Amino acid sequence: MTFNPDDIIVWQWGMLKINATLLFTWLIMAMILVIAWLATRRLTNDVHPGRWQTFMEMVISIIRDQIREISQEDPEPYQAFIGSIFLFIAVANLLTIVPGYRPPTGSLSTTVALAICVFLAVPLYGIQRQGLLNYLKQYARPSLFMLPFNIIGEISRTIALAVRLFGNMMSGTVVVAVLISITPFLFPIVLQLLGLLTGMIQAYIFAILAMVYITSALVAQKKINASTNTNHPAASGPTQAGGQ
Amino acid sequence: MQDIGLIGSVSIITAGLTIAIGSIGPAFGEARALAQALSAIAQQPDEANTITRTLFVGMAMIESTAIYCFVVAMILIFANPFWDYVVSKAGG
Repeated sequence: MTFNPDDIIVWQWGMLKINATLLFTWLIMAMILVIAWLATRRLTNDVHPGRWQTFMEMVISIIRDQIREISQEDPEPYQAFIGSIFLFIAVANLLTIVPGYRPPTGSLSTTVALAICVFLAVPLYGIQRQGLLNYLKQYARPSLFMLPFNIIGEISRTIALAVRLFGNMMSGTVVVAVLISITPFLFPIVLQLLGLLTGMIQAYIFAILAMVYITSALVAQKKINASTNTNHPAASGPTQAGGQ
Repeated sequence: MQDIGLIGSVSIITAGLTIAIGSIGPAFGEARALAQALSAIAQQPDEANTITRTLFVGMAMIESTAIYCFVVAMILIFANPFWDYVVSKAGG
């Protein structure tokens, strides 16, 4: 019994190996793409949209609402990144009900790759918003003494993100495999149902945490703006007086 | 040969202890977080959405310590480097 989908070689040609992780990752990406293409092929403004269009609009609006609630901003710049991460992990975890399928999120290489995407996206969004110098200054806040701790925190939360998803998905596979050898019939099914719930929650948490990390790189700028506004009361003073 | 028995028994005992002790702390923490969140929802039902979202994120954070312990236990049982070393030495 191999728990790591990296070790299952599906196809080999010389040095080139295709393992189960790669295969299922590409299958999931193809599946999401084809379903999205089929669903958005005939978009209508009609009062009665098709069932696929309704479903897609529902998913997208849920993602947008969640992003808006966390960042308190327009979700437009983030929804492609956060939404793709959420959809990929959710589909990868939910497909565990298909026999013979190994979730690619149960391999540390997939989750590390996803976490590195988040690790790179945070400074990208931060620099885009604040400029390079202001973003780098954020690491030396509140004092220069905190610089190493901020950097360690940045790295350790990325590792935590990867290991959390990997541990949860791997534990589901391992527990079901152990239970099948002890109590074969009913109990593994119950735990597999629990695994579906866990997988969905993990996808949600991964996306939410990614958004929280990105927001933390943006929020610092808002606080500075707020403090500069209070330093210059003349700018906002007349309007307040007029209002009263 | 004695090394194999020693490493095997120590690995398995340590794996059991790791997951046993390592799950106590997060279990207490999650129970406390859930109880607090439930009483908060009972007091402010309007804020249930925000509280639930924060609860999920916080619980994932708390749970990750237990997951680390689980990963370490799995490494000790299935991918123990010392075990591999001793086995390869005995085999070679």
